[in-house]
Amino acid sequence: MPWGEFKDTAAERRLFQRRTLVMLTFVLVLIGGLLARMYQLQVVEHDIYTTLSDKNRVQVQSVPPPRGLVYDRNRTLLAENRPVFSVTLVPERVDGMDETLAQLDQLLDISEEDRERFQRRLQEPRRPFQEIPLRYDLNEQEMARLAVHRHQLPGVEVEAELVRYYPHSELTAHALGFVGRINRDELQRIDPINYAGTNYIGKSGIERFYEGVLHGQVGYQHVETNARGRTLRVLERENPVPGEDLQLHLDLNLQKRAHDLLDGRRGAIVAIEPATGGILALASVPGFDANKFVTGISVKDYRELSESRDKPLFNRALRGQYPPGSTVKPMMAIAALDSGATTREHTVWDPGHFRLKEGGRVWRDWKRGGHGWVDLMDSMAVSCDVYFYEIAVKMGVDTMYNYLSQFGFGENAALDVSGALSGLLPSRDWKRATRNEPWYPGDSVNMGIGQGFMLATPLQLATATSLIANRGTWTEPRLLKDIDGDTPASDFLPDQTHEPLKLKNPDDWEYVVDTMAEVMHGRQGTARSSGQNAPYRMAGKTGTAQVFSLAEDEEYDAEEVQERLRDHALFVGFAPVDNPKIAVAVIVENGGGGSSTAAPVARELFDAWLLEFPNAGTEGLVGKVNAGGGQ
Amino acid sequence: MALNDFIDSTATNPLGRPRGIWSALHLDPILLVLLLILVTGGLFILYSGADRNLAVVEAQGIRLGVAFVVMLVFAQLDPSVFRRWAPWLYGAGLAALLAVLLVGVGAKGAQRWLAIPGLPRFQPSELMKLVVPMMAAWYLSRHFLPPRFRHVVVGLAIVLVPMMMIIQQPDLGTSLLVGMAGLFVVFFAGISWKLIAAFVAIVSVSAPMMWIFVMRDYQKQRVLTLLDPQSDPLGAGWNIIQSKTAIGSGGIDGKGWLQGTQSHLEFLPESHTDFIVAVLAEEFGFVGMLLLMLVYVLIILRCLYIAAAAQDSFSRLLAGALTMTFFIYIFVNVGMVSGLLPVVGVPLPLISYGGTSGVTLMAAFGVLMSIHTHRRMISA
Repeated sequence: MPWGEFKDTAAERRLFQRRTLVMLTFVLVLIGGLLARMYQLQVVEHDIYTTLSDKNRVQVQSVPPPRGLVYDRNRTLLAENRPVFSVTLVPERVDGMDETLAQLDQLLDISEEDRERFQRRLQEPRRPFQEIPLRYDLNEQEMARLAVHRHQLPGVEVEAELVRYYPHSELTAHALGFVGRINRDELQRIDPINYAGTNYIGKSGIERFYEGVLHGQVGYQHVETNARGRTLRVLERENPVPGEDLQLHLDLNLQKRAHDLLDGRRGAIVAIEPATGGILALASVPGFDANKFVTGISVKDYRELSESRDKPLFNRALRGQYPPGSTVKPMMAIAALDSGATTREHTVWDPGHFRLKEGGRVWRDWKRGGHGWVDLMDSMAVSCDVYFYEIAVKMGVDTMYNYLSQFGFGENAALDVSGALSGLLPSRDWKRATRNEPWYPGDSVNMGIGQGFMLATPLQLATATSLIANRGTWTEPRLLKDIDGDTPASDFLPDQTHEPLKLKNPDDWEYVVDTMAEVMHGRQGTARSSGQNAPYRMAGKTGTAQVFSLAEDEEYDAEEVQERLRDHALFVGFAPVDNPKIAVAVIVENGGGGSSTAAPVARELFDAWLLEFPNAGTEGLVGKVNAGGGQ
Repeated sequence: MALNDFIDSTATNPLGRPRGIWSALHLDPILLVLLLILVTGGLFILYSGADRNLAVVEAQGIRLGVAFVVMLVFAQLDPSVFRRWAPWLYGAGLAALLAVLLVGVGAKGAQRWLAIPGLPRFQPSELMKLVVPMMAAWYLSRHFLPPRFRHVVVGLAIVLVPMMMIIQQPDLGTSLLVGMAGLFVVFFAGISWKLIAAFVAIVSVSAPMMWIFVMRDYQKQRVLTLLDPQSDPLGAGWNIIQSKTAIGSGGIDGKGWLQGTQSHLEFLPESHTDFIVAVLAEEFGFVGMLLLMLVYVLIILRCLYIAAAAQDSFSRLLAGALTMTFFIYIFVNVGMVSGLLPVVGVPLPLISYGGTSGVTLMAAFGVLMSIHTHRRMISA
């Protein structure tokens, strides 16, 4: 051994052993320290870290309830839910938004429109970790491509979502309304818990009115997710309560017929079942495809719709406020008879014009030269204006207001039709308040033939007509027939919100109905061409509403007037006369005369409802139609 | 007293005469069994930490097999071989470190590898974990112990030169282990407590200097993160928060093998490499940690016994230093995973996935076995 010989090996060994003991102590103390640390984390603070660990892995997700379906009276589906696959991004989980979008652009066809909408939503307030859709309705190839690249795209998910779909959207858009993405204002209004997983909300119509019934109750699931937020499995699930299905009074066949009849024109049709108040058809033409609005309409499409001269987005049936013209005469007749302003025998000389006083302003009859001596029956049949000028002046505005308001004019009498306007039923107070002028007798003259200040929606005209068909018994118009679920329909459809219109002589109802039948079936009836050869009797009244006022002695020639300045053609009526099954209001904008344009439309609807679809949810109709035809 | 029996199992044969097959193979059966227990348990934890990836376990098994062969080879060599070769190996090691700094390859801004055509790529710094304590032991054991001041200075220089070179790569974890290995030699050699106190004082003064002049930004970030992991919970603090959550949620008896949610749901980063102890703590709880620490302590005890029983100063110093290096691995790794120490790239010895350190460690155990099984009868 070259070294060691001179060294004190024993001393060195003892020195080393002392140092080893020091190191051993050092090791044991530090290992003890590590174990103490473990004890602290695993025993003392165990609960804290268990919570952290569970918060890491378990997330509570809300499960949106499937929205209730909407059926027509024959159980034809009007609104359903369709699975749509969309690609969504959770901004909190995306690393590098720009790169991710660029990469997605390689895989999918993303339009400028999609990109803009996405960027807009990115800026809008939203719930944390809420996904933002980038593109809807992926096809299978796109889904396959995404699946292949999914691991490179954290925060990008393909989501299957049930999205509202209206199979007959062009026909039903105005009647049903539609759903759309929840916007900022709605976000403030909705219950944040129940809507936690919901992206869509009823924006208009039935969808809006029955939102609470259609939506359902949110469900929950506890899911285990990994660090990248991907759901691995469902630990616990509380199922959502699906929204309840609605059955409407609407009849899709009649609705389609109404649309077809107005095709290529602008106008509205409202058909009501008088016995129930159920709205059988509610057509506003042109319509539009509400499906486009569900997932967010493109700017271009929206501009096209909103800037169209035909105003397809405008719901004429509920929001179109027109002068009712002569269609108000049946209600005026009731008012005049019941108030004593006229009698069945009272006759008036119609020279073709009317003056309040000698040498005063002239109100013309629609027929130059006049109708000669007319009673109420004649006046209704030929739509004599002078007779109604006279009884209007006799009644005065207060009486007219009193009666017409009982017909539902000046209010939205419908129970579940959201967005319906109330028209305008003028009164002394109204004129004082809005124009700061007294009510002049001349205003009453205009009102007598439904001109002047008075405005009514097609829904109101149909409602008033239905009241005549019911001989004064109110059945408020409604779309909902029944709810397939626990919610009783009566929650939304209260009984009798209006007092029945009781006449001193109830037989006056029959008399006025007869005058309306005379319009359809009488020798001189303005709508006799529409009333002929029917196996049932019908009651009606034509109307023509001036779009602009003519100077009193100006010659009026529809041919010369631009199409858009032509009169609106109106018609109200019901059929059969006894036991009425359908009451309608038809308006064809710039359609010219009510008898030539609107009445034939109504006749087709009557035929369709009473003869073509006789079993449409109304039992025993055929027999009654036959009975009616015998009259 | 089981522990005494265990420590004294060879004491019945104080002369260390060859006894049967173990002596013929130059293996220490106690140390071997403990290592096999550790490695086998480690593979099970690795299977879980690698999220049931058998390929990872297989690769690790092959590496460990190679490492055991290396241990076997080292155990056959007489300790005097290491002593004679120490200066040459040290010189070659320094040259290789220089080469790494000049022409090394690597990734993530660090040059750690040397690619010599015809040879597999290797990390010279890894070899230095063995060579530096050998060199220091060689130098100090040539002189009387305890060492004189100038010998201490030279000894420290032997340690600090390669350490600084490794820091430059930069590789804080390895330089720390290399430095500690060398310093333990100096400590075991018997450096006076006054010098140790002075040394501690110098370190505490120079720490701020290190902060300013030596440490890289990412290293500083790790220290800052340790002090306040919540300051950047999704960035640098993520690892610490998630590993503490994994450990803490394990509780006393753990969530069960393969049931750790933190690792299997990918919340825990590096779950099969540096942070694997968090997998064990999560799945086997405090009980699992106690067992792991027990095995480690038993290995250390056995090794320290081997060192104490060694017959010459070189062997003692080398055995003691290698044992303490092994301990430093454990302490730094578990300390960092449990949030006591900054995140430094130090694996959990013989359990973390990764080859190089496993081979070095087993080579060190080979040296220890060599020291223990090459003892001779000393004439009275």
